[in-house]
Amino acid sequence: MSDVIRRDPRAEWIARNRLHPLHGTIAVGDDAEVRGPSGLLRKNPHKVGFIGPNGIKRIDRLKGNGAASGMGRRSSGPQEVQLPLHSVENPDFYIVVVPDLVGGRLTSQDKDILGQAHKMAKDIEGKGAVVAVCFGESKEENYDTAGVDRLIHLEGEEYEGFSPEQRLAALVQVETSLQPKHWLFPDSVNGGTDLGSRLAARLGERPAVQAWQVTHETTVSRGASQSLDITRETPRILMLLEECADAIDETRHEVKAIELDSVPRAIVQLQDQGQVAVDPNAIPLAEAEFILSAGNGIHNWDQFHETAAALGATEGASRVAVDDGFMPRFRQVGATGTWVTARVYLAVGISGAIQHMQGIGQCDKVVAINTDAGCDMVKRAALSAIGDSEEILGELLKLAQEHRANKGEEGEQNAA
Amino acid sequence: MQPNIKQSLDIVSLVSIGQHPQSGRVRRAEQDGRAVELGMNLGGDNLTVLHAGDPQEQALRTYAGMGLSSMQVLNLDTQDDAVPALADYLQQLRPDIVLTGVRAESGESSGMVPYLLAEKLNWPVVARIADIVSVEDGVAEVMLALPRGQRRALKVALPFVASVDNAAPEARQSAYGPGIRAQIEPLAAVKEEDAVRSNWSEAKAKPRPKRLKVVKAKTAAERFKAATAKPQGEAGKVLKGVPAKEQAQEIFNLLLEEKVI
Repeated sequence: MSDVIRRDPRAEWIARNRLHPLHGTIAVGDDAEVRGPSGLLRKNPHKVGFIGPNGIKRIDRLKGNGAASGMGRRSSGPQEVQLPLHSVENPDFYIVVVPDLVGGRLTSQDKDILGQAHKMAKDIEGKGAVVAVCFGESKEENYDTAGVDRLIHLEGEEYEGFSPEQRLAALVQVETSLQPKHWLFPDSVNGGTDLGSRLAARLGERPAVQAWQVTHETTVSRGASQSLDITRETPRILMLLEECADAIDETRHEVKAIELDSVPRAIVQLQDQGQVAVDPNAIPLAEAEFILSAGNGIHNWDQFHETAAALGATEGASRVAVDDGFMPRFRQVGATGTWVTARVYLAVGISGAIQHMQGIGQCDKVVAINTDAGCDMVKRAALSAIGDSEEILGELLKLAQEHRANKGEEGEQNAA
Repeated sequence: MQPNIKQSLDIVSLVSIGQHPQSGRVRRAEQDGRAVELGMNLGGDNLTVLHAGDPQEQALRTYAGMGLSSMQVLNLDTQDDAVPALADYLQQLRPDIVLTGVRAESGESSGMVPYLLAEKLNWPVVARIADIVSVEDGVAEVMLALPRGQRRALKVALPFVASVDNAAPEARQSAYGPGIRAQIEPLAAVKEEDAVRSNWSEAKAKPRPKRLKVVKAKTAAERFKAATAKPQGEAGKVLKGVPAKEQAQEIFNLLLEEKVI
C-alpha cells in the first residue's frame, strides 16, 4: 500500500456536520492539535485552554510543568509520592547496622550508614539484606524509607539506660544466628564506638575505625588524630564517620521483624546509677541538649530564669535580648552568636530573624511561644503556643515545679 | 575535689606518644596526660606509668615532668603489637585500675587497646570516664562523660580498665628539669609482630569532600523553586485561642516525651 495520505470527503463531511447520526463515531478527540487528513497540523482554537474559576478562559502555556492549577480546583499541597519497594525474599547474606538511636530516632549518621550498607550489599554477589539492630524504646517511624530490610528490635528493662554488656550479649547472639557479612557501627560518642569496640574485642576481629570511604573490597579510614589515611582490605567490623555515604532516598524497604531466640542475660559488672544532674548553664551552649531561649517578647526576666532552672534548660537569647542588656553576649544564639545543636529548642518571644533561624538550623524539635501566629519561628516550630509569654511561662513553671515535687517524693519512697 | 579513697590502690596509667595537631611534633598526648593526672590523684605514689615502645623517646620526659620519679617502658619496635606485651605485664602486676586515653594521637588510633586488654584479662571496661569519685570496699564509683556535657554515675568492682575522656581534669603542667632527671626503666617484653598492619598503605590525610546539597528536581520550575524558596518544614501544631494552662500542658508533654526533663 502506498503511504500517500488520501482524503475521505465523506468522513470530513460527517466530522463537520454535528447533526449527522455518525458524527459521534468519527468526531476527532478532544485534542486541540490534530493531524489533518492532508498531514498538516490543525489547531482547534475552541479546545485550547480551560475555563478558569472566574469563568474566564485561561490558556496554560507551561506544558504541564506548572503546579496543577487547572480545572478550577486548588491543589492541596504536594502529593505524597509512594517510593518503589525494595524487597529481599531469601537473602544470601546479611549486613548488620547497629544505629545509635539518639532519643529513639535515627540520627543522620545512622541513615548514612544504612545507605553505606546498601551500597556494599549491591556490590557483593548474591542478594543481601540490611538488618538494623535497635535497642530500647524507639520513636522512629521511617525505618522503611531509611533502608531497613530487616529489623531486630530488642526492648525491655535490661536494655534501658546504660547497658553495654547486655547489648553485647544480644549482638553475639545475632552473630551466631545470622552470620552477617559485615557489622557497621556509627563511630560516635553516643555509644556506637563503645559497642563496636566491645564486639570486635569479643569476636577477635580487627575493626576499621573512623572509616570514611568504604567499598566491599577496600576501606579508607582516618588514623593518628585525623592526619593519616589508612587504606586496607575491608574488615568485618567497621565504625564509620559521619557522611560516609549518601542516605537512602529513592526506595522503600520492607522492615520485616526478625525474632531472636532468647538472649542470655549478661553478667552485669557495670552497675548503672543513673544520670547525674549537671548545672545546665555550665554546659556550653553549642552542645546543650535543651535550650530555653528568650527574645524581645520577654518582660519578666526573673520568671524566665526561674523557669529555665525549674525545667533544667540551658539559657539562650536572641540578639535583641542581648543588645538590651538582659542576657550576656555568650548566650546569644544565631549567626553572630552560637550555632546550637539542641534536640529541643524552646523559643519564647522570638519571632525568628533569618540570622537566628540559621543558628538553630540543626535543632530537632522547635517549640515557639509567641503572640504573632504568622512569624517565621511559628512556621519552623513543631509546636507553637500563641499567647502571652508571661502567662504561659507561669503555667509551665508551675507544671515543672509539680513534676519536680512528684519526682522527689517518688525518690524518697524508693529510698525508704 | 579530692576523691574519697578508703584503701591504697595500685593504678597503672598507660601512655602513648602524642602528636601536635598543627605542627605534628611529638608531645604528651592530651587524654593520656589526663589519665596520668587522674592516676596521680587516686594512687599517689602507687601509680605506675607504663609505655610500650621506644624507651629513648623524648616525649616520655613530658609525662615524667608531671612529678613522676620513674616510668616503666616495655621495649618494643615500631612494627610490634603493643597489646600482648601490655597484657602479659599487667597479668603479672595485677593492678586495681588501668587507665588509658580514649584514642592514641599517632598510629592506627583505633582506641581498641582498653577493650582488648579487658578481654584478655577478663576485666570489665569502662569507656570515657570523667572522674573516679570514690573507691570503697573494692567498688569504685565512676563518673562517665556522656555527649552534650551530661554525666552518668556507675559502680564497678575492682579491678577494671577505664579510658579517660577529655572531660576529665586537665593534666598538670610538665616541668622540664624533673622530667629529665626521672628514671625511665626499660623492661623486656613479649614481642609479637603486627602482621596485619604490614599490608596497609598509609598516606597523609586528604581533606574530605564536603557534601553538596543535591536537588533532585525534574523540571525547571522545581529547580527554580528549590533555589529561591525558603526551606520550610511541614507546618507544626499551632495552639491558638486556647487557655494558657492547656498550652503549657501541651508543651510540657512534648518535653516529657523528648525526655529532656
